[in-house]
Amino acid sequence: MLSAENWDWETPEKLIAFADWNENFAWIEEPHVSCDGEKIAAIVNIAEGEFSVCINGETWENAFEKIWYPRFAPDGRLTALVSEMGEWTVAVDGIAWENKFGYVWNTLFSEDGNHIAVAVQQDMAYCMAVNDTPWQQSYSNMTNPLLSSDGKRTAATVQVEDFGEGDIQKFQEGVFTAALDGKPWNTKFVNVWKMAISPDGEKLAAEVRVSLYDYTIAVNGRPWDKTFGCVWEPIFHPKSGSVVAPVRTEGAWTLAEDGNLIWDRRFVQLWHQMYSPDGNKLAAIVASKFGKWTIAVDGKPWSVTFKDLITDAAFSPDGRRIAAVAKDDQKWKVVVDGAVWENTFDMAWKPVFSPDSKNVAAKVEKNGKYTIVVNDRLWGHECETIWDPIFNSEGDKVLLRSIEDGKYYRRVITVNDL
Amino acid sequence: MAEPAKKVEEKKIIDEGLEMGTEKLTQDRIENVINRVLKGESGARLKAYVDTCIHCGLCSEACHYYLSQDNDPRWSPVGKVKQTLWEMIKKKGKVSPDFIKRAAEIASTECNLCKRCAMYCPFGIDIAYMMLVVRRINHLLGVTPLYIQDTAHSHAATFNQMWVKDDEWIDTLQWQEEEAQGEIPTLRIPLEKEGADIMYSVIGPEPKFQAQLIYQAAVIMDVAGVNWTMPATPGWDNSDMAMFTGDNEIMGRLKRAHFETAARLRVKKIVMGECGHAFRSVYDVGNRWLGWRMPPIPVVHAIEFYYNLLKEGRIKIAKKFEEAVTLNDPCNVSRGGGLHDKARYVVNAICESLVEMHPNREYNYCCCAGGGVINCGPPYKMKRVEGNRIKAEQLFAAKARGAKVLIAPCHNCHSGLEDINHHYGLGMEIKFIGDILYEAMEKPA
Amino acid sequence: MIHFKRLNDLLSRKYWAPVSAVKEHKGEAMNTLYNFVSGPLAWVAFIIFFVGCLYRLIRILVLVHKKEKYIYTYMSWKYSFRSILHWVIPFATVNWRKHPVLTIVTFAFHICLIITPIFLLSHIILWDESWSVSWWSLPDSLVQAMTLIVIGSCIFFLIRRLISPEVQYVTFASDYIILAIVAAPFVTGFMSYYQWFGYQVFTILHILSGEIMLIAIPFTRLSHMLFSPLTRAYMGSEFGGVRHARDW
Repeated sequence: MLSAENWDWETPEKLIAFADWNENFAWIEEPHVSCDGEKIAAIVNIAEGEFSVCINGETWENAFEKIWYPRFAPDGRLTALVSEMGEWTVAVDGIAWENKFGYVWNTLFSEDGNHIAVAVQQDMAYCMAVNDTPWQQSYSNMTNPLLSSDGKRTAATVQVEDFGEGDIQKFQEGVFTAALDGKPWNTKFVNVWKMAISPDGEKLAAEVRVSLYDYTIAVNGRPWDKTFGCVWEPIFHPKSGSVVAPVRTEGAWTLAEDGNLIWDRRFVQLWHQMYSPDGNKLAAIVASKFGKWTIAVDGKPWSVTFKDLITDAAFSPDGRRIAAVAKDDQKWKVVVDGAVWENTFDMAWKPVFSPDSKNVAAKVEKNGKYTIVVNDRLWGHECETIWDPIFNSEGDKVLLRSIEDGKYYRRVITVNDL
Repeated sequence: MAEPAKKVEEKKIIDEGLEMGTEKLTQDRIENVINRVLKGESGARLKAYVDTCIHCGLCSEACHYYLSQDNDPRWSPVGKVKQTLWEMIKKKGKVSPDFIKRAAEIASTECNLCKRCAMYCPFGIDIAYMMLVVRRINHLLGVTPLYIQDTAHSHAATFNQMWVKDDEWIDTLQWQEEEAQGEIPTLRIPLEKEGADIMYSVIGPEPKFQAQLIYQAAVIMDVAGVNWTMPATPGWDNSDMAMFTGDNEIMGRLKRAHFETAARLRVKKIVMGECGHAFRSVYDVGNRWLGWRMPPIPVVHAIEFYYNLLKEGRIKIAKKFEEAVTLNDPCNVSRGGGLHDKARYVVNAICESLVEMHPNREYNYCCCAGGGVINCGPPYKMKRVEGNRIKAEQLFAAKARGAKVLIAPCHNCHSGLEDINHHYGLGMEIKFIGDILYEAMEKPA
Repeated sequence: MIHFKRLNDLLSRKYWAPVSAVKEHKGEAMNTLYNFVSGPLAWVAFIIFFVGCLYRLIRILVLVHKKEKYIYTYMSWKYSFRSILHWVIPFATVNWRKHPVLTIVTFAFHICLIITPIFLLSHIILWDESWSVSWWSLPDSLVQAMTLIVIGSCIFFLIRRLISPEVQYVTFASDYIILAIVAAPFVTGFMSYYQWFGYQVFTILHILSGEIMLIAIPFTRLSHMLFSPLTRAYMGSEFGGVRHARDW
């Protein structure tokens, strides 16, 4: 991520025209903006079968037959998946990678944006490519691509043995495994799903099915001693490197650490477990009863529950607070530390904490217009589009990126002014 | 009738999946699994159903198999319970491997889980549920018909029904976008558009074999000015054969991926194509296994979606479809979702004349393809087609009153009826609502 | 007239003590037996019936609570009753209309089965004797007719079980036993009422068979009396509240 300290936190408002790009192109696709808010970009159609990306009104020098999935890396570089002469690759700031492939998809970024990874298909063989370098091995199929947050490791589920359609016996013997940086585990499983890479990059943990009925977590290819009725994706403790995953036992869900149950309480559902940044607290999204969703912190659920959904939970940087998005009867809500904001929305995005953990902000939609809500106070602008708010490192200012009347605005507003 | 009603000669069907699974069975394992499911997994419902049934046989005439097999009681809903679950309960799980094989055949290929019998039982006993319990037992014993088991494997490995790989899915959407741009140059299939109103989801066979349906949907979305998107990740497939093999864990995994994909894309609704079983899976089966009382993101079936578009005038009809049509109400969206009246609104809006088949609406006979039966594959095709002679009779009657085209707003109905159409020489053309809507609607010149 | 004499006996409460008659003919043994079946055994039967029913109902609800709690979240009074109402009205459902004879027999049978023992004068007198509670009674001639309806229905059900293939296929010995359990109190009641022969024996058998039926209700498929409203209500709630479809 671009260090937010170096961003322009002084200029209150910058404006870039956007809607009038229309005049130069057949059509413009959905706009994307950089984290620092300085750039707005969109795929544009120049002519039939000719696409480019327009960024702050300037079009990339290169045009492509097809472009999709434009995404700004956290460091401000703009990536897109581009096709030329029937081959696909990644273009970064308009420059295509040297390697071309049959297909590329699922762009992933490291936290600092220095590393860019994609899933790759070439001649019906699959692998990942990082910074223009594909894995040395490729596989007959690959799913669940993952890039570690430091960008140094990649992992995915890979199919290591071929089997014909309808060969259920072979499938049940196990033809899948996980690969770290392209190197597969020695153990094969019936299925391998989502995985996590340890903070030190040394371990890869994945949810696996060892038979049609027995689920467990495998770490570096070694399954836990115990199997369960079902499991969900594991995470690593940020410091100790132990692995925690939701497991289903006797028809109810709880959390297990390295195979041992660690929460006494049982839940109708439990997933998206997360550690606080210091690793002292463990929370998860749970259904405490059928159709009643909430968050449990260290095994204890909040008293407030929601009928439809709870999602996008996040710890504050100091690990003391939790914010999440919830939904009840088609109303989307923001809930912080078990308290629901009074404002309700037609849609709400993942809440963002200020670095000092004091303020919470989120992008929301009401009546077809978008705005920002900070600590349950709505910003007065009704925008056509808005992006997630970003706090400065002191936590007293918010960067707002929005489109109003066809113009893109980059605004810096003090929290108190909202 | 093109074909005289004759007793189906019972041929021995060999299913590798069942054979292979049965070979591995031991008495202990059978007993263990049956009791685990009966005592551990199931509860009051099953107990009440078993204790309440007074063996009156009133469910029999609800079943298309029973009616098509000259009222042979072995095909009646309760008859199937007798041959499977009652015996397992009575013998406390001490049944033979061959019994398990036969139970798998009955539960998986002789019942479509259509729940028509639940409407005929004075006590509202849900025999489809009991057949699912049998399928669950079979799943845990590894005795499931080969084709549908393979499909369940596909779901587990790729999160779609047809072994469609991650890139193939996206590639297909981009291909259909390009195709459709031939008709409407500015048309887009917006991928991964966060914050769209609607996520459009389909079943695996659409990208694999019926990509034109995605094309048609894209045109309908484009013309109606819908703010929509499709995911470029697994989770796009709403179908669910794991639900029908008794692999509840995979069912849950699929539905989680589906709803979390919709939540990630921040859509307000999921609109799904014309599929019945997928509606059941996302609407009141898969979601429940995960703890969601109702779908966390509302699911709108294509019928209801078209209804809304037409009702709100977002789609206008240039020229109604002229030939007389009849409408097959799919069990899972009619008996399972009450969409029959909306379907009629849509059909009347796009067609000149609708000839009702009888029975209809909630009371319609099942197509005999649903509930995973067609997914058990070619070995069971004739059993399925001959097991629905009553459907052929029902359609012949509608044809006699002028119906030329058969609308089936469900993939399984569609394929099942196509087989019935051929076998009985019905000579009807079968269409999705979307096929006709696409033809009949006003499109930019 | 026997009929008149019997009614007279009842009204003069001689009925209550067939002691003299019994003494004359069969002696102590019969008397003791009568006192046993109409006394302690009746107590036992009623207690087993009520406690048994309560136990079964509570148990099933506890089981729902323990393992299928989600069921409660779908239950709706409105749709439960919508469904139950359709099914307790003759010909209000498709399937009732499909089987007119069976429908008439079923409804006549169940109505008579429940009404007859409750509003039979001689039963009321027994209640009055024991508990000093009494209520309105049906004329005996009507009760007789209703008894015959129950017996006739049982014969109908028996024949249906024997000759109708779809019923025969799912019929077990237990189904005949249950049918016999239900028919027995009515057959014996009818016999004892007319006092054709073995009056005392039939009276005792009548009481005994009634007690057997009471005891059997909670523990056999006769428990559909308890569970069918629940299963119906659940299906009604699912169809009404979730599936938006009719379940009749």
